[in-house]
Formats: sequence, structure tokens, C-alpha cells
Amino acid sequence: MTRQALGLLACLRATLLRELQIAVSSPGKVVNPLMFFVIASALFPLSGRLDLAVLGSIAPGILWVTALLAVMLSMEGLFRSDFDDGTLEQLLLSPQPLYFHLLVKVLGHWLVTGLPLVVIAPLLGLLLNLPAAGYQPLILGLLLGTPTLSLVAAIGTALTVGLARSGLLLAVLILPLSIPVLVFGAGVVDTALNGLPVAGLFSLLGALLLLAASLAPLAIAASLRISVQ
Amino acid sequence: MLAVDDLHCERDERVLFSGLSFEVKSGSLLQVQGANGSGKTTLLRILAGLNQDFTGNLHWQGRPRASVLTEFQQSLFYLGHAPSVNRTLTPLQNLRWFCALQGYADDEAIVAALTAQGLAGYAGIPCCQLSAGQQRRVSLARLELTAAALWILDEPFTALDRLAVAALEGRIGRHAEAGGAVVLTTHHALKTPWPLSILDLDALRPEAL
Amino acid sequence: MMQWLYKLGSPRHFYEMTTGFLPWLAGATFLLLGIGLVWGLGFAPPDYQMGDNFRIIYIHVPTATGAIWIYAMMAAMAAMHLVWNLKVADMVAKSCGIVGTSFCAIALFTGAFWGKPTWGTYWIWDAKLTSFLILLFVYIGVMALRSAFDSETSASKAASVLTLVGVVNLPIIYYAAVWWNTLHQGPSVLGDRDASANPPEIWIPAFFSGFGLIGLLFLIVILHTRNEILYRERRAQWVQELLTREPIHA
Repeated sequence: MTRQALGLLACLRATLLRELQIAVSSPGKVVNPLMFFVIASALFPLSGRLDLAVLGSIAPGILWVTALLAVMLSMEGLFRSDFDDGTLEQLLLSPQPLYFHLLVKVLGHWLVTGLPLVVIAPLLGLLLNLPAAGYQPLILGLLLGTPTLSLVAAIGTALTVGLARSGLLLAVLILPLSIPVLVFGAGVVDTALNGLPVAGLFSLLGALLLLAASLAPLAIAASLRISVQ
Repeated sequence: MLAVDDLHCERDERVLFSGLSFEVKSGSLLQVQGANGSGKTTLLRILAGLNQDFTGNLHWQGRPRASVLTEFQQSLFYLGHAPSVNRTLTPLQNLRWFCALQGYADDEAIVAALTAQGLAGYAGIPCCQLSAGQQRRVSLARLELTAAALWILDEPFTALDRLAVAALEGRIGRHAEAGGAVVLTTHHALKTPWPLSILDLDALRPEAL
Repeated sequence: MMQWLYKLGSPRHFYEMTTGFLPWLAGATFLLLGIGLVWGLGFAPPDYQMGDNFRIIYIHVPTATGAIWIYAMMAAMAAMHLVWNLKVADMVAKSCGIVGTSFCAIALFTGAFWGKPTWGTYWIWDAKLTSFLILLFVYIGVMALRSAFDSETSASKAASVLTLVGVVNLPIIYYAAVWWNTLHQGPSVLGDRDASANPPEIWIPAFFSGFGLIGLLFLIVILHTRNEILYRERRAQWVQELLTREPIHA
């Protein structure tokens, strides 16, 4: 094989592939958010004497809050190693369109940190006595909502990557901005449990995802340029 | 190639340089000198476009750099303090991504570049198992994979052994000879047959004038 | 327009321009506030339902309204800072952040102390209250981010980006809070009373205190910005001259 020119899509695929390869070679990054999600959700039933019906009714909220925290904690690593080893500078200086590379980078990170949360959520639903009508809206809601959370959290990560200890600051910045996704995400499950139609709420979650996907990369790019300064 | 006009930069209340004007011409080697903290790295990062915190004008091929940013970035190779090598990936994986950012894929060239750096057989070993000097060589292998005309190298000789230093000196000279341009900082006495210009930031400091 | 912006954007010009204007603003502010508060707290008749508790609205309503608008101003300043690199815009944005946080906190606290005797509780998770709480969180986030950086330029730019992200997000947060509130419809305690039912003795002092607090808001923002200008430009010659001409009385 000799030199082969790559189109934009192939270049983006290389960025995605790199993100996945890093995840494969350091599996802790994938497993830890997942473990956090499981353990933190399991704390709630242990924290008080809740009868099963009450537990089932607050299960959507518990799962969404812990998923939000898990996404946020996992995002801290998104740009950390790239910042430390100088790769981030190479990305910023490359002639490639930064917007799409950042979008793909967040997508890659979501595939290894966010998607596993969606997959394991039903299991935690069982643990928290979530009624049967809640599973489908929970999974679909997380599927639409966690990428939005990743995108929003990525802005905070990009802003704080240049700071030495950024974990708590990241939470202070990002949690308030994540509230709409939390409200609609947990609301979808709640609404379904009450037997009301949920299609409109799914569209809202989808709209939030589209909005985040179109605007967040701009904010991430601007933030990274400030951080590498 | 790159013309710098009336550059002024201050950091933490301190003027690093002011009224700095020079041109990096095709076929030139420019060494930026100065004591620690004199702003060598800052200047290089301004030239590369990483640092926006300055006043003054930069022109690339006669046009304002901001208006030809993509063209400028296509012609730029920047080597910073950090090796730009992910420790969990292999040299091959690292360099493949580097090539993709340049818009091409060429595994043969990557292997050849690694071999030229004395890393034949290391292409598939995670970089965290390589020594600091070897990681540095993975980073330097990128010099063979870029078509950039302007090289900005910040302390490129760090962690290299004597042979590798000589090889890199030769490579830098050849790049200038072929019509490229190199701006670099180093504390090492550069041995190259190619004429070297020096920009001494200590001598330019306002209080020194 | 650009010329004017550029002039206003020069820290020195901003400082000199506001010097003459400040005493007037301060005078008007304290006059309006004085009339509004003395009249409102001392002489306006008690409300027929809430008695004397209602008097807190003379502080609560203007600070709450101010907290929202000052975020909009902060966002406009952040945009100007990022687009035109205007340093004064960032200094104003920083001042707006401080005043906005205080106004938002005052609005929440006065609201809580009004709520206790009126609704029987300090806090309800009503859409308005919830969005104000989140607005306070966003304000705090911007201030926390700004203080986390060592470098002034990075701090300014990072805070500006976050402010703009917040301004996109705040309407969504408000909408989410409203929707969430309708889902959890409790007994409606926020009776929408017709404002015209209030006699003029009640709303005229509110008018005074409202404009007084808006004046106070601008007064604090301008004063803080002037301090910030002196601090950041302390090595500039005009500041040195100013300081030697007018010795600061400690």
C-alpha cells in the first residue's frame, strides 16, 4: 500500500478509531463509570427504609441523576491525556475541520462510556423496582439524553482541562446546565408510568440532542483554544 | 514565508518582547535564544498559532495569517515540549492518526520513518513500554511524514542520544536546503553546515536597550 | 458605531467618561431608593391579604428582575469580549457577575422570607423559584471558573464562553422547569392577582424602589469596573498619574 489520500469522512474515522483504541487499551476508563453508575444507584435503597412502591416511583430520578453523574465523571478524561501529551495541540493546528473532529471525538467517548450506561440501566431498573412500563422509555430516553450530557460536559471539560484539579469545578459548571436533560429524561419515564403519551417528550430530548450537537462543538473548540494558550 | 511585524506580548505583568519584527524566509534556519523564562516557547507558540495573546501582525506568504489559516496550517509542522504521542497506543497507531490529520494514509511510509529513527520492530508495541528517548523518536518520525514547509521545533534535541542528535541536525539542514524553513529553540550548540540566524530575546528585552 | 464602541472599549476612556457621570447616577439612585423604600416600607398601606409582609416586594421584585437582565447584559459583554477582544467589556461582565449573583441571592432569600408567612413554607419547587435557583448556580459557575485561572486573559475568555453557553441554556432551563412543574401540579399557591387591583399608594413606591435598584445595579457595576480598570491598568502611565494626583485616603 502506498500513500492514499483520505477524504474528510476517512479522516474522521481515524479520530473515532483512535478514541476507541485508547479505550480498548485502558479498559478502566470504560469500566469505572459503569461501576460508579451501579454502585451509586444501589446506595439509594440502602439509605433509608423505602417501601418497594415508593422506590419504584423514584427509580427514574435515581437512575437519571446517577447516569448524569457517571457521564460527568467519565468526561473528565476526554481531553486530559491529549492535553498532557501534546496531542491536543496537534489537533488544533491541523488543517482539518476542528468542528467535526471534536464532534466525532465526543461520539467516540460516548460509545465507550455513555452507551454502556444505557445498556446496563434496565438491570438497575430491576434493582430499584422500576415498574414494567418504565423500561422502554428509560432506555430510549437515556439513548437520546446521554449523548447530550456528554456534549455539554465536554464543554466544561474543555474549559477546565488546563487546570490542575478540575473535578469539582467541572461539576459546578456542568450540573446546572444539564438540568433540562435530566428533567425531560426522568420526566419521560415518569410520564409513561402515569400512562400518559411520551412521544412529545422524546422529540424534545431529540431536539436538545440536535441543538447540543450543532452548538457544543463550537464552544468546545473555543474552550480548547483558551486552555492550550 | 512567515513575516512577523511589531509583535508585542506580555505575560504575568512582564513584557516578554515588544516591537519584534522579523521574517522567516524560505531556506532559512532561525534559532531563538534567550534565558529561561525569556519567552522562547511563547514566541514559538505565537508563530504556530497556539497562543493568541499578543498584539502585532503575522503574514503568511504575504497575506494576513488569519485569512489563510488553513493554508498556513497545511504548511506547518509544530513540535512542542510534549511528544504528542499517546502512551497507551502503539507508534503505528499514533502515526496513522497523525497522517490522517494531514489527510492521507500510508503505512509503508510510517514503518520506513520509524526504521529511520532506529525503531524498526517497535511499531506494534505500546508507547508506554518505550523509553523517553524512544518516545521522542516516535514523535520525530513525524518529520518524515509531513509535507510542511515551515517547521517550528521547541527543544527538539531533548532526551536524544548523540547519534540521534547528529541525525536530527542533518535532517534540519536538509530541510532548509530543500527550500523549507526551520524555527527552533535549543540549549544545545547546533552544528549544521547551513547558515544559521539567531534571534536573541535577551538582547531585545526593553530594559536591555 | 464601531468608532464609538472602540472608544468606549478603551479602559482609560471608560474611566474618564464615567468620572463625571458617577455623582449624578449615585445621587439619582439614592434619591429614588430613599423615596421608594421610606414610602414603601413606612407609609404605604398594608396589603388587604398579606398585611405588612407584602412590603418585601419592594426589594424582591426589582432584584429578581435585575438578576435576569443583568445576565443578559453579562452575555452581551461576553460576546463583545470574544468577538472584538474588548477588555472593558470583560471587566463589565465580571462586575455584572458579582452584582447578578448578589441580586439573584437576595431575590431568593427575600422570596423565601415572603413565602413563609404567605404560603406557609420557605420554599416550593415552583417553576419560577426553580429557574432562579438554577440561574444562581449558573452565576456561581461562571464566577468559580473565572477564579480558577491564574492568567487573567484565560480567565476572561473562559468565563465569556461559559456565559454564552449559559445564555443558550437558560431559556431551555426555564422551559424545562415550567414543564416539570405542570407535571407535578400541586395546589396553586401563586395566585395571579390582578396588578391593577393594587392601589397607587402601593405601586408608586414600587416604581421608585424599582428604578432605584436599577440605578444601584448600574452604580455598583460601574464602580466595580472602575476598580478593575485601575487594577488591571495599574502599570499604565495615566493610572500612575491619576494616583499621584489624587492620593487615596485609606
